[in-house]
Amino acid sequence: MQLLDYILSLVIWTPVVGGLLVLSTGRDERAPVARWLGLGVAVLTFALCLPLYFAFDAGSYLMQFQERVSWIPAFHAYYHLGIDGISMPLILLTSFLTIVVLISAWQVITDRVAQYIAAFLIMEGLVIGVFSALDALLFYVFWEAMLIPMFLIIGIWGGPNRIYASIKFFLYTLLGSLLMLVAILYLYFASDHSFSLLGYHDLALGLQPQILLFLAFFAAFAVKVPMWPVHTWLPDAHVEAPTGGSVILAAIMLKLGAYGFLRINLPTFPDASHALDWFMISLSLIAIVYIALVALVQEDMKKLVAYSSISHMGFVTLGFFIFNVHGMEGGLVQMISHGFISGALFLCIGVMYDRVHSRRISDYGGVANTMPVFAAFMMLFVMANSGLPGTSGFVGELLVILGAAQTNFLFALLAGSTLVLGAAYNLWLYKRVIYGKVANDNVAGLKDVNGREMLMLGMVALFVLALGLWPLPLLESIQVSVDHLLVQVSQSKLP
Amino acid sequence: MQTVYLLVPLVCLVPAIIAGLFGWKIGRVATHLLAISGVALACGLSVWVFLDVLAGNEFNGTVYAWGVTGGIPLEMGFLIDRLTATMMVVVTFVSLMVHIYTVGYMREDPGYQRFFSYIALFTFAMLMLVMSNNFLQLFFGWEAVGLVSYLLIGFWFQKESAIAANLKAFLVNRVGDLGFLLGIALVLMHFGSLDYAAVFASAPHLAGQNVELFAGHGWDLMTVITILLFIGAMGKSAQVPLHVWLPDSMEGPTPISALIHAATMVTAGIYMVARMSPLFELSEVTLNVVMVIGSLTAFFMALVGLVQTDIKRVVAYSTLSQLGYMTVALGASAYSAAIFHLATHAFFKALLFLAAGSVIIALHHQQDMRKMGGLRRAMPWTWLTAWIGTLALVGIPPFAGFFSKDAIIEAVQLSQLGASGIALVAVTAGVFVTSLYSFRLLFLVFHGRTRMDEKTRDHAQESPWVVTLPLVLLAIPSVIVGFLYLEPMVFGNFFGEAIQVAPAHDVLGRLAEEYHGKRGSDLLLAFLWHGVQGLPFLFAVAGLIVAWFLYLEKPDLPGVIHKRLGFFSRILEHKYGFDEFNRFVFAGGARRLGGLLWKIGDVRIIDGGLVNGSARLVGWVSAAVRQVQSGFVYHYAFAMIIGLFVLLTLFLKL
Repeated sequence: MQLLDYILSLVIWTPVVGGLLVLSTGRDERAPVARWLGLGVAVLTFALCLPLYFAFDAGSYLMQFQERVSWIPAFHAYYHLGIDGISMPLILLTSFLTIVVLISAWQVITDRVAQYIAAFLIMEGLVIGVFSALDALLFYVFWEAMLIPMFLIIGIWGGPNRIYASIKFFLYTLLGSLLMLVAILYLYFASDHSFSLLGYHDLALGLQPQILLFLAFFAAFAVKVPMWPVHTWLPDAHVEAPTGGSVILAAIMLKLGAYGFLRINLPTFPDASHALDWFMISLSLIAIVYIALVALVQEDMKKLVAYSSISHMGFVTLGFFIFNVHGMEGGLVQMISHGFISGALFLCIGVMYDRVHSRRISDYGGVANTMPVFAAFMMLFVMANSGLPGTSGFVGELLVILGAAQTNFLFALLAGSTLVLGAAYNLWLYKRVIYGKVANDNVAGLKDVNGREMLMLGMVALFVLALGLWPLPLLESIQVSVDHLLVQVSQSKLP
Repeated sequence: MQTVYLLVPLVCLVPAIIAGLFGWKIGRVATHLLAISGVALACGLSVWVFLDVLAGNEFNGTVYAWGVTGGIPLEMGFLIDRLTATMMVVVTFVSLMVHIYTVGYMREDPGYQRFFSYIALFTFAMLMLVMSNNFLQLFFGWEAVGLVSYLLIGFWFQKESAIAANLKAFLVNRVGDLGFLLGIALVLMHFGSLDYAAVFASAPHLAGQNVELFAGHGWDLMTVITILLFIGAMGKSAQVPLHVWLPDSMEGPTPISALIHAATMVTAGIYMVARMSPLFELSEVTLNVVMVIGSLTAFFMALVGLVQTDIKRVVAYSTLSQLGYMTVALGASAYSAAIFHLATHAFFKALLFLAAGSVIIALHHQQDMRKMGGLRRAMPWTWLTAWIGTLALVGIPPFAGFFSKDAIIEAVQLSQLGASGIALVAVTAGVFVTSLYSFRLLFLVFHGRTRMDEKTRDHAQESPWVVTLPLVLLAIPSVIVGFLYLEPMVFGNFFGEAIQVAPAHDVLGRLAEEYHGKRGSDLLLAFLWHGVQGLPFLFAVAGLIVAWFLYLEKPDLPGVIHKRLGFFSRILEHKYGFDEFNRFVFAGGARRLGGLLWKIGDVRIIDGGLVNGSARLVGWVSAAVRQVQSGFVYHYAFAMIIGLFVLLTLFLKL
């Protein structure tokens, strides 16, 4: 069992070290080496992640595969890793999508290939680090470090307006992060010099400090989710980011904020969570309805999917803050599912963009005539994004609506409006882009997806369908951890 | 038997997948052979299941565990009872006919394999819907048939009207689905299960309970749940005001209009309510609502059928109206009669649609009845079967529709619910309108003088046998199912435990008392004799005569009447303005609101005010601070000395 004792370190550092190796291949003349090496590292990392699922004990809510080594003794900071049913699926999602992203970049990125691939690999390791860190300082370091590759990806390989977008992204995130650092320092002193996240769960705190600390962490996490009204960086970042950047941004980065709520806010500040639930629920419902309406009128495909992401993430936060098992499980499933679906939609837009070099809806029309296979994939993902049963998109929405109905019928009604609005913006997009007569010469000259594109879309499609037709394995691995979290959040910590 | 149950949907799913993924490779013939044999097998097995169920073998079990939430298992499973078995036979039989018909109808279409993939997939989804033993799988099937309907309405995706219609169909259905899903959520919340058996068993204990939906108001739980479920049925079964998608769905190819938008999918709502009878029986409020909605649909949609000129749209409005009849039956608690009418309607309406399709291909995709006429000679089989379908629809004995429709009207007559008065007027008057538009269609298309151009007329000929064979095979049940199944379905307790009726609402029981002691042919004759003396039969005959007078004797008269009644004609031609209203208020409203939220909320307030505002603030502050860095050493030295003084003062004070 030697390997399993260090498995988390392996999945964190393999891609980071691999990324550095890829970087060392240097110039673009050796791009094929960089590509194959990068893909090899990504596949190896995914393979290393598999034991996390198969050796995972779904019957226990305790942290598993723990590693704990003294890191900075002077501050009592530990290199402490461990995962439960909440973080395990997210790690698998991350390592899977990194493979997909590398495939998506294969022939598309020709400029600074090694750097591009390295950025994604290093980011993968750091993101997995966030998902498995159990020490607040370590968490913070991973959290901040992971922004750097993303910042570079948008800033270097992005579109014409990339500088504005990456600075907006950076500033938004920085503001939140600073408040989180202050909050971590407060907890450090309040807990008698400890950075242990699990220790914070048992730390007695008065209501007022709880609320202030909750809000400080909220600033960091809400920006990432993103929750209304701190969401406006996302559409800009997506529009400027290259396809792979958008995929990781939507599929993984947004989940970090939601994960933060689960790992820190709910168990550490249960009383504040209850006191502020109206606030969180209101923001979530506004996101679901308001943003869906905004998505409806977008003229840029990426912006439309970006807004749809925000709307779907509203389901996640709504699920968390109605404090029942259906809602919380639904929120988690929605995180995973949204990772696949939004990733897939950005891949689809990338496929079209690579050919036509436009993201404007009005530049398309009748794509089904020239790209029938692509049209079929896009139909699947668009329907999944509309929450069609049989796809993963349905499971999370169903559970959150079931949970919301138990708390307040009005919540369920508002959240359920996405059934209509979500279908409206998704299918209207499909109608204008894919259906219809061939709109122009660009569309007339389109070639259908090649083997590489088929592979990446097919891989995601498989998961979208599998999760929709048989979500039981996922639900079973998260349920004990969710139950435990609900117990934690129901216990008052007021001294 | 369990293997057989599983096989029935699977033999439809497998050809759908193969045709969809590899249809381009295996070619047209292999595709249609595969799909047809799959559905034929499903049909044969369904008949076997039906006979087995009649012999008393029912089944209720799990297929696989789909998920679990909060300790509540969510499972996929089958409930095979008489209601399910009846639906299985109807669905697979009509589907088989449509599959065969498609070989002829879609012969020249480049999307041939895709079409077979879709209709086989549809059959699978519809089977999963009717075979479900729980709400979740019901919803799965419900949405899956909606998906296939969407794909098929937009099958000719280059046609702007088709892709507008399929979007509309999906969205309007989603409105219904929202109600349906909320209903399911309340069921899970109050019953702690989504299993039919468990829910129905504990339903009586929850009757009379109140639930607080919005702060401060108590509502009867069962009424809330059943109304929400019924909203779902209104979407799928196209009841006013969620009916607007069905006429537009005629943009799809005719075979699917017959299969999906007449015979099977649109009756899913009727089936669902019948299946939920143990819940619906617990709320008279809901039953009244159901009856009113059904009445409105039955009568007012029939009226619109009078002014349509597109042959398929006439049949579509007829379908709406007939679905209204079924809904009225549900409201009157005559669930068995509703299912009976569902079955007979499936046969004769599919027949009418396919006959219309046969005419359409003969005339090279001409759908305007004003350009038809006199096709009787050229298309004898189509003509004959269309007559049978029409007689069945209008309710002329001994055709199937007479028995099922009369049973509904009798049931409404005996109902004691408040809404039964309106319903009785609607369904009785509806018979006249039905008869009028049906014979109008028949006369305009097959009789009278020819109104098409020379070339079309010379080329008009009977369709190939793959088209006429399904017509004949559908004509047979359109004739015989009525008198064969009247006694068991309406008078006997055919559906057994599957349908539960409270004693106070048992209209069919009361009807049976009127025919007390009569069985077999005695009962049939008595029912027939009673029927032909009644108002509905008179109306049906009157409709025939008026249609004959207007469209064969005095063909110029309809135009005059049309002008005289300009106001009413315009209302009917605009279909009461539902489309205009929806387009302006909902479609337009959502877009206007979205645009407003985006431009004002996101762009101006959040980005313009908060984000860029704070950036500007930082800019101003830094500009101010920049002034301090003057570069002169004495400025800095001065500042340092001042600072030192300030610090010293502060520290010394402490």
